[in-house]
Amino acid sequence: MELSLDDVRRIAQLARIAITDAEAAATRDQLGNIFDLIEQMNAVDTTGIEPMSHAQDLTLRLRADEVTQTDERERFLALAPETERGLYLVPQVIE
Amino acid sequence: MSPRAELHELDLTELSALLAARQVSSEELAQALLARIATQNGDLNAFITLDPDATLAQARAADARIGRGEGGVLTGIPVAHKDIFCASGWRTTCGSRMLEEFTAPYDATVVEHFNDAGAVFLGKTNMDEFAMGSSNESSWFGPVRNPWDRNAVPGGSSGGSAAAVAARLCPAATGTDTGGSIRQPAALTGICGLKPTYGLVSRYGMIAFASSLDQAGPLARSAADLAVLLDTMVGFDPRDSTSLERPVEHYGRALDRPLEGMRLGLPREYFAEGLDADVARAVDEALVTLRGLGCETVEVSLPNTRLSIPVYYVLAPAEASSNLARYDGARYGYRAQEPRDLADLYSRTRAEGFGAEVRRRILVGTYVLSHGYYDAYYLKAQQIRRLIARDFDAAFSTCDLILGPTSPSVAFDLGERSADPVQMYLSDIYTIAVNLAGLPGMSIPAGFGAKGRPVGLQVIGNYFDEARMLNLAHRFQQATDWHRRAPASGA
Amino acid sequence: MPWQIVIGLETHAQLSTRSKMFSGSSTAFGAEPNRQASAVDIALPGVLPVANRGAVERAIRFGLAVGGSIRRRSVFARKNYFYPDLPKGYQISQYELPIIEGGALLIPAADGERSIPLTRAHLEEDAGKSLHEDFQGATGIDLNRAGTPLLEIVTEPALTSAEEAVSYARALHALLRWIDVCDGNMQEGSFRCDANVSVRRNASDPLGTRCEIKNLNSFRFLEQAIRHEARRQIELIEDGGRVRQETRLYDPDRDETRPMRSKEDAHDYRYFPDPDLLPLEVTPDWVESVRAQMPELPAAMRSRLAGELGLAAYDAAILTGSRELARYFEAIASRLPGNAKLAANWVMGEILGRLNREGLEIGACPVDAARLAGLLARVADGTVSGKTAKEVLDALWSGTETADEVIQARGLTQISDSGELEVIIDGILAQNPAQVAEFRGGKQKVFGFFVGAAMKATRGKGNPAQVNALLRRKLGADA
Repeated sequence: MELSLDDVRRIAQLARIAITDAEAAATRDQLGNIFDLIEQMNAVDTTGIEPMSHAQDLTLRLRADEVTQTDERERFLALAPETERGLYLVPQVIE
Repeated sequence: MSPRAELHELDLTELSALLAARQVSSEELAQALLARIATQNGDLNAFITLDPDATLAQARAADARIGRGEGGVLTGIPVAHKDIFCASGWRTTCGSRMLEEFTAPYDATVVEHFNDAGAVFLGKTNMDEFAMGSSNESSWFGPVRNPWDRNAVPGGSSGGSAAAVAARLCPAATGTDTGGSIRQPAALTGICGLKPTYGLVSRYGMIAFASSLDQAGPLARSAADLAVLLDTMVGFDPRDSTSLERPVEHYGRALDRPLEGMRLGLPREYFAEGLDADVARAVDEALVTLRGLGCETVEVSLPNTRLSIPVYYVLAPAEASSNLARYDGARYGYRAQEPRDLADLYSRTRAEGFGAEVRRRILVGTYVLSHGYYDAYYLKAQQIRRLIARDFDAAFSTCDLILGPTSPSVAFDLGERSADPVQMYLSDIYTIAVNLAGLPGMSIPAGFGAKGRPVGLQVIGNYFDEARMLNLAHRFQQATDWHRRAPASGA
Repeated sequence: MPWQIVIGLETHAQLSTRSKMFSGSSTAFGAEPNRQASAVDIALPGVLPVANRGAVERAIRFGLAVGGSIRRRSVFARKNYFYPDLPKGYQISQYELPIIEGGALLIPAADGERSIPLTRAHLEEDAGKSLHEDFQGATGIDLNRAGTPLLEIVTEPALTSAEEAVSYARALHALLRWIDVCDGNMQEGSFRCDANVSVRRNASDPLGTRCEIKNLNSFRFLEQAIRHEARRQIELIEDGGRVRQETRLYDPDRDETRPMRSKEDAHDYRYFPDPDLLPLEVTPDWVESVRAQMPELPAAMRSRLAGELGLAAYDAAILTGSRELARYFEAIASRLPGNAKLAANWVMGEILGRLNREGLEIGACPVDAARLAGLLARVADGTVSGKTAKEVLDALWSGTETADEVIQARGLTQISDSGELEVIIDGILAQNPAQVAEFRGGKQKVFGFFVGAAMKATRGKGNPAQVNALLRRKLGADA
């Protein structure tokens, strides 16, 4: 399958992965090969087949509405690259 | 078993007996294995994180427990964990630069189960980055080498665990299997590995690759050892919505049952073009042995086998692209230096923190889910997934277990397939369908092929039929000694 | 030329559960940042979601209240996008198969009621909070709210004015509180609306291109934002421009909307069923057990109040404005058989008026139903006049006595002894012969003069009905 460089850049942007022009070209070729493999699926007629999302045909188990978590803020914040006053910090967001 | 045998030469069942008889302490055992790791691991690169103090402290606690007469079969047994399981206080990297400095603040349910059983945490094993790979070459911490041949890959993604067990660095290890990641490295390193029925082992604390396919399981030297490990790993977990509530099983209960009359299905498609002759020969010999033990073989068909690879390379990357979105440099893990703005933080953190194979799969997954392509790829793949599951249903109406090769070839050379992703993907042709259907699958040693590299025999069971699979494997191992063969130690 | 405005509302109602949608963290408002953000909420590697039965049950309750169909099988999907307040990089939300489909909400209209059709209502989790102001060049992220359960309620594009949109939002707000699904606290963000607004020249034209205005968290902003946005679109088209489909933010300080930058490339959410969550099943048995516990709904209560108690439709609508008010009224009315209208008048007039002046909710009313009923019983049996009763209410409002205690202590019992009244009235007539003559000569207005004089003479305690009757008899006005 032919992917364009624009396709590659678009999905890299959607996936938030920086990609150089050289990488984009190489990626396009590799993805092209992978999609050639994937498109073997086209040979199968799947009309009326129920999609299978899970390995089991079961339904969801629900939990009781109870508070079971305790405050672990300091342990979790200690994992973060940058925090201040109990908040995770990221570069300024413009809404 | 000779008491003079070196501790590392003994398997789990043997060590368990020694510990219970107080002929060896858990601390001595842990020390012996840590010493062996110190001399052997530099070359193999099977372990990526060790913490001897923590290990020995746990060993001493196990000795005290045995002393109180409260030990179980795993108490004091050193176990290595694939670095995909979060373990409180342990660095947990998933083989990625993204988590190179990440110390997990909690225990995975699997780790909890081993701790509760009194097992000793020996260390974290190397793996393909985020479990994406079949050769262990995609790890940020460098490739693992195959103990049978240092030029060969050990398989992946649980390559570190498999190599550690094969090289007698530990009697048992945990792994995870999304498309063959326990069975294929077990085959390529000449050991035993079992992927249980999806939902039997909790996924809580196991870093997700493809959630609907991921399942943890044990790697060890014998079927009997696997049964013991499985007893500990399996169990309902309310923290995992896909965990199954089932009565507690004892997986070793049927190990010794005679195999007379057991019907083994041989999928026509698994013995066709693409299977290397040396592997075919070893598998055929194993089948001769099994017939000698009273099994009948029947041909079955799994017609959609070849589609399992395209289906898998849609579904697994799709789920992964979403599962790996949390690695954004904000709350934990790698963060790119001096980001210009938020967009730069995200895109450089993810470009620098993920390796090439992970980035490639994220892009494939993003594409197949993106607007306008969902039906053609994702939905279609889910439909064919159902057809693949139905193939197994049909096959199991005429046989008890399905047998075949685990991998179409013996271990390939390092670097041989890493340049061509598609070639690499094809090495999972016999294992992937089992994950898509959610069935249990196992690989056990069945001899050697080209260059003296091991061959694995795959056993596929119907849902929840692990005890029968282990029965077959155990009887086979009583009739053969492939599982007792050890590679020569390194320098 | 009249333009037609078409509005669809998407309302995010925070469900009143104790714990989050997929984790056991508390949902209580006001904790210090990140103290209610568990491993699941901050999306540590390896964690998994487990769905909250309480949230599902509230969704069922809502579905029953609006007459929607409750899907036996619904599916949680992942909506993928990157944003710092979205820790997993995806939001778990029902997409193709929502738990509730259809249904309608009745809203008051000029000619009675209008039914606003609903498209769907689905379960999802909230995001965290971004704090932009406090840090130089940085944004702080608080994940306490991340994972809070929401019910997103979507209307058809069926609303035709800003006023109607507000009227719908108010009715929805009241209903959600009525059925204990959402606390409705708008300051805390428990009830937020997104408005999809488009305009067209004629009602028969196809729908115009819409803009979505996000996060309107007060009825006033909702109204202003829709007004402004409709005007902007009309001016744009009249100037020869075209409306671009986009997400906009309303700025109440400037009374204008502007495009949201963070949503610029968010058109491709790559939805797919969440592999961590199996399909949600709601069995008919479950629905029936929830139905059995449903309170009487406001619409049913309105018609009962109008039918059984004979209240005006308008009064019934006011009194069912909230479940607390309706309960208050019913508690009073049940103590005053046959005097429902008296109860309605007092609750709507005196009580709501006083609460309004003091900025109180009905739940904080200083006079409970029993004490008010006690007072109204004395009005009904003629012990006190309406005017005196207001005086008594003043005392009840600021004190803790019962009405009888106040009436007793202050000697406010009205004079209903006809003998005593007759003596007083005879005296008045005797002292005012000129006015008596005027009245008898046909000047009816003078009647009021006699009433006033009688009330003055009894210092307001004369029973007005008896005073009237006696005067008429004595003046020969009955004949």
